[in-house]
Amino acid sequence: MEALELLKKLTTLDGVSGEEKPVRDFILSHIKDYVDDYKIDNMGNLIAFKKGTGNSGLRIMLDAHMDEVGLMVTHINSDGLLKFQTIGGIEARVLVGKRVRVGEKGIPGVIGFKPIHLQESSERNGSVNKKKLTIDIGAKDREQAEEKVSVGDYVTFAYDPVDFGDNKLMAKALDNRVGCAALMELLKGRYEWDVYGCFTVQEEVGLKGAKTASYQVMPHMALILEGTTCYDVPDTQEQGMSTRCGKGPALTVMDRSVIADRDLVRFIASTAEQHNIPYQYKQTISGGTNAGRIQVNGTGVKVAVMAVPCRYIHTPVSVMDKSDFNHMIALARKVLETLPKSDAAKRCDQLVQPPAISLFADKGGKTYV
Amino acid sequence: MFDLIKTLAQTFGPSGCEKKVADTITGLLKGKVDEIRTDAMGNLICVKKGTGKKIILAAHMDEIGIIVSYIDDKGFLRFSNVGGLPPLIILGQRVVFENGTVGVIWYEENIDNVKNTKLEKMFIDIGAKSRAEAEKLVKVGDMAVFVGDTIEQNGRIISKALDDRIGCAILVQLALNAPKTDNEIYYVFTTQEEVGLRGAKTAAFGIMPDMALAIDVCDMGDMPGCKPMAVSLGEGPTVKIKDRSVIAHPEVKDALIKAATKKKIPYQLEVMLEGGTDAGSIHITAGGIPSGGVSIPTRFIHDAAEMVDMKDVENAVKLLAEFVKA
Repeated sequence: MEALELLKKLTTLDGVSGEEKPVRDFILSHIKDYVDDYKIDNMGNLIAFKKGTGNSGLRIMLDAHMDEVGLMVTHINSDGLLKFQTIGGIEARVLVGKRVRVGEKGIPGVIGFKPIHLQESSERNGSVNKKKLTIDIGAKDREQAEEKVSVGDYVTFAYDPVDFGDNKLMAKALDNRVGCAALMELLKGRYEWDVYGCFTVQEEVGLKGAKTASYQVMPHMALILEGTTCYDVPDTQEQGMSTRCGKGPALTVMDRSVIADRDLVRFIASTAEQHNIPYQYKQTISGGTNAGRIQVNGTGVKVAVMAVPCRYIHTPVSVMDKSDFNHMIALARKVLETLPKSDAAKRCDQLVQPPAISLFADKGGKTYV
Repeated sequence: MFDLIKTLAQTFGPSGCEKKVADTITGLLKGKVDEIRTDAMGNLICVKKGTGKKIILAAHMDEIGIIVSYIDDKGFLRFSNVGGLPPLIILGQRVVFENGTVGVIWYEENIDNVKNTKLEKMFIDIGAKSRAEAEKLVKVGDMAVFVGDTIEQNGRIISKALDDRIGCAILVQLALNAPKTDNEIYYVFTTQEEVGLRGAKTAAFGIMPDMALAIDVCDMGDMPGCKPMAVSLGEGPTVKIKDRSVIAHPEVKDALIKAATKKKIPYQLEVMLEGGTDAGSIHITAGGIPSGGVSIPTRFIHDAAEMVDMKDVENAVKLLAEFVKA
């Protein structure tokens, strides 16, 4: 399957933090034919191994988180409506009137709101109180609702991907199925270094999966593939736009979680320039990524973040430019091919080395496949 | 020791760009310790070999600063903070980039409430007349630090970046004095403390010490109208009881007090309500590492002119020299 088709399929799957299995199963069913080994750890991370052609012993970790933001049912009212909590950063205003799927069976529902005719004038202004919102699954009472859903069920947005406009794609969960699809594509190649492709869990609730994944891999370097904020619409002043759609993958210099390795960021930027691949720097320092966790793993990891700008992330539907996605894959591939010969890699040898690992049979560990 | 402090304080090194500080310290300690190494986070680890306990003494090399996020048509720079920057006190300050370019921080004057001005409404003027001219000097992602001389006056030091070059200076001086001990001493100069105690974490993991101390600055309570705190300038270095990131291990705290008492070195007990130190990430590394801290009481922390008392600095060196024999 082409990378873009993979991406579209991935955005139709549900994987709210803590329940990434549907996404993981899909990814695994595709990559198991072309990776050398893989394992699923106790947190649910999928770690795939692609042996390198060289013998430097250097390990690079590629990270893409599988989880998306969503909701969880916390209570079923006597009238059959569902109370819920948000999982990951979602604002109440974007929830109003949206279609959702509830639980493993994907029961259809809608987050209802009082129509304008019935609102007091004071209700028409101001913010939305998340606590007052409910999910309507059409049940007539609690008993009927309980036949279909239960407290603790995950809820995801029910929007299918649509190609539209000027090479754009709208879909749910582009953060971070773009990273997953790109990583699946990158794992098809074979590179000089040992590559550990980590599809991680629970990023949206505190960068959790990356912590255990990186502890097992003990990488020397890591590249984090992401979907990031983008708000290049006219009412934003230029300096407030974090990234711009269609201007290439965005490199992070610094955000709330990490200051990226300067050597590595420079190398990626110069690789892009050399091969005429467009790129941009993310202009705001808001948000965090798995890079923050991975960088401080073990004796330290040189990290960089590459992201597809996605408008309206953490809402039911986000928008990306397909060229940014393709350019991210192209740039990451070039980086993987040329990094081992770079000065940044040479300097890596002189640093305190991470401990040896035995994650896969090839390194003295168990066989998983 | 003033010259050492001045050299270190004037070296450029915001979080993530500590290399120049590391190079300076390497130059000072080469041949004076048994081993010098670096890890992927950029931490500089200087080892004095021994057969006894492994002790980390950590001071962070990074200072607070700003990072350029956007350059406009007229050559003005927009920026964000690197580490904790109180918006009000940075107005009118000079900043300097790694290549020596100097800029002045100012704000959009059409806003009503200057006190609550956010960084987004501020800019840096580097005297460039256009984006093209500015881009010759500065790129998006470049960092800058405060300009601020290092001077000594009435036994006190005023300078930028005393947080935490003063800690670095204390450790360099201590390493040069080379106290006699069987213990293995790790003089660790860490990175990225100001953005979340990050470097210390990987340094500690690579060493797995028996004990660790963070040497940093702390607040004081002897200034007009400041928050109450039982710490004053010139009354001795502090023995950390707790800060926001760590509760000092009782054995470490007691060993420090014992060392101070034995050598008749004045000390103060530190309960700091705000701010954390590298001890915060070291003490929860791997299976846990008994950690504590020694701090230098400091006024105007994170300002372009921080102030410490030279006596506290000298006493800190003496206190640590006795502590590492424990």
